[in-house]
Amino acid sequence: MLSNIAFYGALETGLIYGLVAFGIYLSFRVLDFPDLTVDGSFPLGAAVAAMLIIAGWNPWLATGAAILAGMAAGAVTALLNVKLKILNLLASILTMIALYSINLRIMGRPNVALLMEDTVLTPWYNLGLEYHQVSVLLFTFVIGVSLFLLWRFMKSEIGLAMRATGANARMARAQGIATGGMIILGVAVSNGLVGLAGALFAQSQGAADVTMGVGVIVIGLASLIGGEAVITPTSVFRALLACVVGAIIYRLAIAFALNADALGLKAQDLNLITAVLVTLAIVLPGARVSLMNKFKRRKA
Amino acid sequence: MITATDLRLTFGEGTPLENPALRGMSLTVNQGEFVTVIGSNGAGKSTFLNALAGEVLVDSGKILVDNIDVTKLPTHKRTGRVARVFQDPLAGTCEGLSIEENLALAIKRGKRRGLGTAVKKQYLERFRSSLATLGLGLENRLTDKMGLLSGGQRQAVSLLMASLTPSSILLLDEHTAALDPKTASFVLELTQNIIAEQKLTALMVTHSMKQALEVGTRTVMLHQGEVVFDIAGKDREGLEVKDLLNLFEQQRGLTIDDDSLLLS
Ligand SMILES: Nc1ncnc2c1ncn2[C@@H]1O[C@H](COP(=O)(O)OP(=O)(O)O)[C@@H](O)[C@H]1O
Ligand SMILES: [Mg+2]
Repeated sequence: MLSNIAFYGALETGLIYGLVAFGIYLSFRVLDFPDLTVDGSFPLGAAVAAMLIIAGWNPWLATGAAILAGMAAGAVTALLNVKLKILNLLASILTMIALYSINLRIMGRPNVALLMEDTVLTPWYNLGLEYHQVSVLLFTFVIGVSLFLLWRFMKSEIGLAMRATGANARMARAQGIATGGMIILGVAVSNGLVGLAGALFAQSQGAADVTMGVGVIVIGLASLIGGEAVITPTSVFRALLACVVGAIIYRLAIAFALNADALGLKAQDLNLITAVLVTLAIVLPGARVSLMNKFKRRKA
Repeated sequence: MITATDLRLTFGEGTPLENPALRGMSLTVNQGEFVTVIGSNGAGKSTFLNALAGEVLVDSGKILVDNIDVTKLPTHKRTGRVARVFQDPLAGTCEGLSIEENLALAIKRGKRRGLGTAVKKQYLERFRSSLATLGLGLENRLTDKMGLLSGGQRQAVSLLMASLTPSSILLLDEHTAALDPKTASFVLELTQNIIAEQKLTALMVTHSMKQALEVGTRTVMLHQGEVVFDIAGKDREGLEVKDLLNLFEQQRGLTIDDDSLLLS
């Protein structure tokens, strides 16, 4: 069985990755824009939040700045694609690589500890809750608010225009939608969410590290696909809910797998396991057809 | 009103695949005219419509819509004046969105979009009554996904979407070609009704010479990116397909060898 700490820890990271899954839902699903920027915007959010907190900023303001930084990174990827006509996947790889240098510049060294600093979590410890319960409650609140806002946004005129852009760009243009602008906005918001996730992750782990973004995209995808298998995304609301549920299930499953001594798995095996799981989910029959198509036969 | 003057457009300029699709196209369409456009495959009909809509930008020439120069404007900045229906019945609507969401997209064509709810309650009555005119029972299926509809139903909805907000010109590119004959004549009839009711200026590309003469007020034939003939009013009355073919031969000293054009 999982210890309490392991259980709450899985829940906590699951909630954070739920935000990443929101971002990936927005780029991959809504906009049909395979975006790998997230591997760079996740540590970017962490780095920005960490450095600003150390510089004495209010942790919520620092987290807000991390969101903006993530949005800027996403906007760069989208601009490379929309304005310079670079293939979306390649554009995102370019930004991701660039962010590695930028994140090192921001932090000035490969990792930064936040142990003695006030974070968004600090004020709640005084309420007599356990350390891990605090993060789970706070992150549940944050993801709940994000889910509600995203859901309303998707139902708005601009949100609908964004969905049309991803589903049928020619039709969207014929309806007067500036599809390029929608891609820029959508990929920016997507990476803003990932920047937020990175900022929260750094604060709950007590450190930011340049390598913490490795594989975020794959974990986010695993959450998205897993969630969709459990909750069929017949509406925007269900699709968003699936992101959260998928991320939590994924993290709990990983925690159980690592906990089961019989399997002999170690923490460093995580990326390999995830890659295998995502591959299986993509190729196995009955996997979500749309994603399958996306990776097996890329459209122009 | 449309004024297209000396439009030129070459695809793949400077490559071995260089292909001059428009070679000095000029056409003026007056307010309220319903022009049918014919021409063999590759004559430049779709390219001309795409140029009017902004999907392709011409290399030279000038396009005025209602005397406003739109030559350099991208598609989305022309949609306040230009509405269109595509040949592919799946292209004009979003299958993943519901019928009401598709209509909500169309009701904002050419207008600013904001953060308010897209499918507003006050639209629903209008959506229902418009859909009811199709006689397909779609007025009771507002929340159904578009993908559940047949090609003909989707094309009918595309047409409705094109006419939901006022526009100066309506562009139809073989929009019945992919439908079975019965559905095609239903959509064609619907097209005529909408154009008549809203007094639209329309350009309809068709593969059928017979249809080109039966429908609309004027017929234009394109060949190799130019207008070869343009007939309206008295000249057009009582004309038959063979007269059109004669006209083409006179103009060009050629015979039409495009079977598909003759067959229909
Ligand atoms: N996007 C494109 N790129 C290159 N060539 C094109 C493109 N679109 C059309 N063409 C070429 O331009 C010519 C005119 O095509 P089109 O306007 O589609 O003809 P029509 O609709 O009259 O059959 C054809 O030779 C066609 O191959
Ligand atoms: Mg054509």
